[in-house]
Amino acid sequence: MSTEATTTPTTTTTTHGRIGDSALRPDGTLKVTGEFAYASDLWHDEMVWGVTLRSPHPHARIRRIDITDALTVPGVTAVLTADDVPGENAFGLEHADQPVLASEFVRYEGEPVALVAADHPETARRAAKRIQVDYEVLPAVTDARRAMDPDAPAVHRPGNLVRHLKLRRGEQSPAAPVVVSLDFEVGMQDQAFLGPESGLAVPAEDGGVDLYVATQWLHVDQRQICLALGMPPEKVRLVLAGVGGAFGGREDLSVHVHACLLALRTGKPVKMSYGREESFYGHVHRHPAYLTYEFGAERDGRLVYGRTSVVLDGGAYASSTAAVVGNAGTLGLGPYRFPSVSVDVYGVFTNNPPCGAMRGFGCVQAAFAHEALMDELADAVGIDRVAIRQLNGMREGDLNITGQVIDSAAPVGELLQIVADLPLPPPSDPSDIRALPGAVGNTTHGEGVVRGVGYAVTYKNVGFSEGFDDYATARVRLEMTGGEAVATVHTASAEVGQGLITVEQQICRTELGVERVVVHPKDTSVGSGGSTSASRQTYMTGGAVKAACEAVRTAVLDRAAGVLGRPAGELRLDGEKIAGASGEVLTGLAEVLGDDAVEETVEWRHRPTHAIDPETGQGDAHVQFAFSAHRAVVDVDVELGLVKVVALDTAQDVGKAINPDAVVGQIHGGSAQGMGLALMEEIVVTDGHVRNPSFTDYLIPTILDMPPMQVKVLEYADPHAPYGVRGVGEPPTISSGPAVAAAVRAATGRALRRVPIRPEHITGT
Amino acid sequence: MDFLQPTSWSEALDLRAERPDALPIAGGTDVMVELNFDRRRPGALLDLGRVPELSEWEADDGVVRLGAGVPYARVIDQLGAQLPGLAMAARTVGSPQIRMRGTVGGNLGSASPAGDAHPPLLAAGAVVEVASAARGSRDIPAADFYTGVKRNALEPDELIAAVRVPAATGPQQFSKIGTRNAMVIAVSAFACALHPDRRAVGTGIGSAAPTPRRAADAEAFLAGELQSAGLWESRAELPETLARAFGERVAAAASPIDDVRGSAAYRRHSLSVMARRAVTWAWSDLREAA
Repeated sequence: MSTEATTTPTTTTTTHGRIGDSALRPDGTLKVTGEFAYASDLWHDEMVWGVTLRSPHPHARIRRIDITDALTVPGVTAVLTADDVPGENAFGLEHADQPVLASEFVRYEGEPVALVAADHPETARRAAKRIQVDYEVLPAVTDARRAMDPDAPAVHRPGNLVRHLKLRRGEQSPAAPVVVSLDFEVGMQDQAFLGPESGLAVPAEDGGVDLYVATQWLHVDQRQICLALGMPPEKVRLVLAGVGGAFGGREDLSVHVHACLLALRTGKPVKMSYGREESFYGHVHRHPAYLTYEFGAERDGRLVYGRTSVVLDGGAYASSTAAVVGNAGTLGLGPYRFPSVSVDVYGVFTNNPPCGAMRGFGCVQAAFAHEALMDELADAVGIDRVAIRQLNGMREGDLNITGQVIDSAAPVGELLQIVADLPLPPPSDPSDIRALPGAVGNTTHGEGVVRGVGYAVTYKNVGFSEGFDDYATARVRLEMTGGEAVATVHTASAEVGQGLITVEQQICRTELGVERVVVHPKDTSVGSGGSTSASRQTYMTGGAVKAACEAVRTAVLDRAAGVLGRPAGELRLDGEKIAGASGEVLTGLAEVLGDDAVEETVEWRHRPTHAIDPETGQGDAHVQFAFSAHRAVVDVDVELGLVKVVALDTAQDVGKAINPDAVVGQIHGGSAQGMGLALMEEIVVTDGHVRNPSFTDYLIPTILDMPPMQVKVLEYADPHAPYGVRGVGEPPTISSGPAVAAAVRAATGRALRRVPIRPEHITGT
Repeated sequence: MDFLQPTSWSEALDLRAERPDALPIAGGTDVMVELNFDRRRPGALLDLGRVPELSEWEADDGVVRLGAGVPYARVIDQLGAQLPGLAMAARTVGSPQIRMRGTVGGNLGSASPAGDAHPPLLAAGAVVEVASAARGSRDIPAADFYTGVKRNALEPDELIAAVRVPAATGPQQFSKIGTRNAMVIAVSAFACALHPDRRAVGTGIGSAAPTPRRAADAEAFLAGELQSAGLWESRAELPETLARAFGERVAAAASPIDDVRGSAAYRRHSLSVMARRAVTWAWSDLREAA
């Protein structure tokens, strides 16, 4: 593109750190000093601004849209509605059921209805307000538990069921001497990434479009954009812009098609950038869940059966609800051994905001229920809450509830023992109110404060499951530049803050022995890297980069073999040298390569997974499992219902820590996010309307809410995974919240069957 | 939208009179949010940030005159001894950045029932000093200043010059409930001040009625009980039953609502607990000072 744009991402080069080192993030200093270019900083001198008009109603029929007034606003360059979508007016991750712009119906508050482009964002917003939409408001279904009632309004034809997962294993009328049960409810959590949705679409001379956007998976975006624009992939090119967090909230499209439509219509670059309020309407959230759990056990605490029924509120469109149902079902009883199981999980449509991917993906909701119930069981049989989990915890070689063999480390008992043995924090110092519940709110000087301790353990699938053909592509190039060996690694796999850039570099350095590794900007000119989600990128893109490096190495040694007249099998590539079997230097890389570059592209797959049986839910559904345990210590002001988390310690098996600092960072962040759901994070939705779309009233933990953590990392290599790695990002989000909730229950003696736990739940007022 | 930027108090008052459509802005921590969300679109912004008279405080004859433009950060740093209740409230405002920008004058101008400065001003018996070009200045007791949800007693041509707060003659406390431990808007808040010099008790309630308000009945009750039990002289321990009864009366003075931040019942309950604890701490401080 001919451009004065300040948008082209720069390549990244650093020269230190192999796998196992804590290589410094190239974006770290920039982010801390405020210089990192996020997608919201995208700029083009000729750009106009796009805004979205959204539905104020959870459910309505659109009778008519009149854009006449909006078009008369000076500065407006385009106003688009559903009629202007040239391809299919539909997108979606699993099912294309969501209109790019609503045509006949709106199905949730905030659904996009029209677009405006103007020379200033404020002009565009004002013009959007002058679009007249004639709505016929329709009855809405906003209680997921009622969504499948025969008289419930249908959000879609033929009905409101997205997926029913049915899992049956073992004796179906089991009897057990000890039975515990509970109902649990989980509120709607937001990903609350700090960089709202943003992108810049630039029309190209070939009639296509270049889109710079913050996302989690460039190629799945590209596929959906092409469908809506009616264009082939070569005309729709995507480049990853600076991503300010994702957590699943960027798996679905947001500004993508809208910005491209406006750019193609106006012939100008179009920037779209949501504010915080719009962001709450502009991405999917974590599914609210209604869970009914029952466990039967022997008198000694050994589990006999588990029986669950779960309803997940999918909101108005399918998004990834079916896959979330898959996780909530196949993993929904936690990392325990159950002889008999009966599980039913329902994902349903409602007229609430669409829900989809968020870190932990169906396991988070389930873990609150199964961990609360394990505590109940411990109390019922009279044994320790750690011991009950160790007694029933999975071990390598066990079958999980879908009948899949856990064929690598499953250190449930050990992880629990580690956190149980960590030193406990001292009593809080009442002379520093920041250490007490309520902190500088000055609500207690120690009065009413009771300490509680809680434990939780989880396991989470890594990668995509149930037969999905999941792969990652990597291109690695090796050449001499300025007398130095330089590797360039090119993948389309999104760096969203998790640290993939350093992982790619560390693998190249390790495999090729080079110091300088250039990371090519992430774009669609190389094959798909798959989604930055499901804790999968270090495993998947890491595996692809490793394989591409191996292919490069083989090609270099083949060349060297030709030059040296020796079999390639006797040669080794060691940095800039070609060595023989006993390490003697035979020639240099420069001599072998000359001015040529060796470049290899590899499409890499994990071992296959399989669909589960529709009647029994049995099957080898998952690639890998990752385990973590948390111990939370809380001080609760039981009179006011305020909580101070004093300690949140954890142990996690990561297989192999490619970048140990980054691993610990993921564990810190994931733990904070899980704790947030336990204590404060909820999108409050009443009758289909979001009541708190702002960081004023959607609260996420501050530094005064999050304690310092003791983090213990185990490295039990998974023999099936590259370097033995195990996904890291999600397990902490799953086990931290239930541990916090358990600690609050321990302090208060209250049942607390809903999260987030609000002060009035503790005080009973 | 015009941007008016007076550099003196008299110029500010003239502009205020000339431009009734102008919205005064100090730290901007409320106003800019309103503008950014397009909730307000005033004809002009009247920036008071360059009016030197507003940015100072002075103490004279037991009264602190706090210029309307003094930010919370300075209240915390410089006025903790004279205005302890207000300083404690200032500590709970937003983040460090917000406390550098936000002002007590701005809190009064916005007159939100959730404004953190209001309860300690009510408890201390503060007076808001307002002025117009036409009529000069007048005093409005804090208790009469708040007239409705986000409404105050200012005339259209008036600006807030300062708030005059009697320097503390006894212990003061401020407590605020939020559902996280920092950077949170009050679910409910309570301030109390003991005035041993005149054997009186001051209170202020936040986020639990359409306006910030005193709990006048609770004040009179406690002052009377302390008097009849001779506690002002003896400085004996405050009976727990008395603290509890005080808390219940404070709660009874509130008219809270259910909203996304909390339930009416919880707000009432939390006020009774905060008031009981705060007055117990204040009394304990008074005994230690004796």
